[in-house]
Amino acid sequence: MDEMLVRQLQIHACHIRMGIIDGVYHAKSGHPGGSLSIADLLTYLYFTRMHVYPDNPDFAERDRFVLSKGHTAPALYAALAEKGFFPMDEMKTLRHIGARLQGHPCITIPGVDMSSGSLGQGISAACGMALAGKHRGDNYRVYTVLGDGEIEEGQVWEAAMFAAHYGLDNLTAIVDNNGLQIDGKITEVCSPEPIPAKFEAFGWRVFEADAHDFNDLDRVFREAERVTGQPVAIIQHSVKGKGVSFMENQVGWHGTAPNAEQYEKAMDELKNALSRLEAQA
Amino acid sequence: MSDVIKKATRESYGEALTALAEKYPNLVVLDADLAAATKTGIFKKAYPDRHYDCGIAEANMMGVAAGLAAAGMIPFASSFAMFAAGRAFEIVRNSIGYPHLNVKIGATHAGISVGEDGATHQCCEDIALMRTIPGMTVINPADDTEARAAVEAAILHDGPVYCRFGRLAVPVINDPATYKFELGKGVTLREGTDAAVIATGLMVNEALNAAETLAGEGISVRVINIHTIKPLDEEIVLKAAKDCGTIVTAEEHSIIGGLGSAVAECVCAGCPVPVRRVGVNDTFGHSGPAVELLKQFGLSAEHIAEVVREAVKAK
Repeated sequence: MDEMLVRQLQIHACHIRMGIIDGVYHAKSGHPGGSLSIADLLTYLYFTRMHVYPDNPDFAERDRFVLSKGHTAPALYAALAEKGFFPMDEMKTLRHIGARLQGHPCITIPGVDMSSGSLGQGISAACGMALAGKHRGDNYRVYTVLGDGEIEEGQVWEAAMFAAHYGLDNLTAIVDNNGLQIDGKITEVCSPEPIPAKFEAFGWRVFEADAHDFNDLDRVFREAERVTGQPVAIIQHSVKGKGVSFMENQVGWHGTAPNAEQYEKAMDELKNALSRLEAQA
Repeated sequence: MSDVIKKATRESYGEALTALAEKYPNLVVLDADLAAATKTGIFKKAYPDRHYDCGIAEANMMGVAAGLAAAGMIPFASSFAMFAAGRAFEIVRNSIGYPHLNVKIGATHAGISVGEDGATHQCCEDIALMRTIPGMTVINPADDTEARAAVEAAILHDGPVYCRFGRLAVPVINDPATYKFELGKGVTLREGTDAAVIATGLMVNEALNAAETLAGEGISVRVINIHTIKPLDEEIVLKAAKDCGTIVTAEEHSIIGGLGSAVAECVCAGCPVPVRRVGVNDTFGHSGPAVELLKQFGLSAEHIAEVVREAVKAK
């Protein structure tokens, strides 16, 4: 991947991380940890892979995105804002009464393709969208992001069976493997591992990627797009809370908002990171 | 009346889907390994490339239906009422109801007339469950004619619709030549002033028979067919309350949460009169031939007549 492009993506990702922190701080609630761990992935998808149109969000031939791990809505909203679907400043209204940015993704928000958040359901909707594409011979692709804790839901495996059975090669499911869920480490709560082997056993083509390395994401997604006849699962190894030092790998930041002091510290870190990136760009 | 034609509304469902397939090219059908029983197998035979079997996985099927609808298709997701409304409730609520997607749920084998399979498969709670979902339309047709019309009405309605069908062959009481289905509109089948029986599904025919018996005793009974339980035709219900002064509801469903509750809620607010509810009386079913079960659980013309007599006497 071109170095300038990588730098540009890193700048977008930094804006998205700032949007996440801003949103969760002003909401005084929400899920920063898992939002930060998918910030790079959403940047990569929305700025390199997906054909979506902020001026025409409902365009029939657009690529679709379903955030199955819907509690990380701040990441999706910030990515949509960065892409131009609505102003980034709207992040400050997240979860407020009367605001359109609901606590979990809602289909009425520009750019949001499916309401989600009750875990295990988004992947089924993504299967339906992919099936509709296959049925009509449309060329769009469908992406869905699941949490590694989320795949403990049985419905995920019903969907996995379905997608393989119908050969939904226009569907890509990304598992955000940050290793933590609310009650602790996924391996200690009720382990869903080995994750790649499970998807393989269900008939999926499986790739693994470094969630915070755009070159690695690009390598894997390009390879994934060449797969035919079966759905693709990308297990992305990520760091929960990535980009805010004191949130990284801390299960306590799964669903907690920063206080004023922590907010300043997080924003300072991200602003410094942004300045460094802009100086290099 | 010995040559009454009988037909199960699940068959009407499968046949109507097939008949409407050409007219509505976006219509697709999902099933969960019950195509032979839900009668979507009829559709599958005619349109194999528009029928997707999801296997025994109703939760995923409802989610797939949501995704299909979000991408512009009109999916009919089919299973037994127990699994469509019961097992998959939360998916129907969150993935179909909340985003108000254009999914049609074809729920067959509703009520106690499932028969021999027994309590695990006799769903008497589905109307109650589906009725609580904001924006969900709930239809419970009375016979073959109405069931066919309901399928097309569901297609023409933009939004989620729950259609309830039965396993048991029931008399065809509506004339297909003249019948017109209006979503959300009750139908007065018989005029009367002493009491009103408000019925749905296979209990409509029982209500008509009860009214006939009672006429012989000098009791004038109005019979109203409510095929659309949600949105409820409040006008026809309140008029019945005003004109007749007492109401008996009749449904093949729990007396908790179904038509009886819906009518009572409406009457309470608009024109309080006594409402007696004939239905499954807060109990599980059990195995047995459907016709005998209906009798045993009081889902019969005889029982309706008994309750109406009591209602009139108490006026």
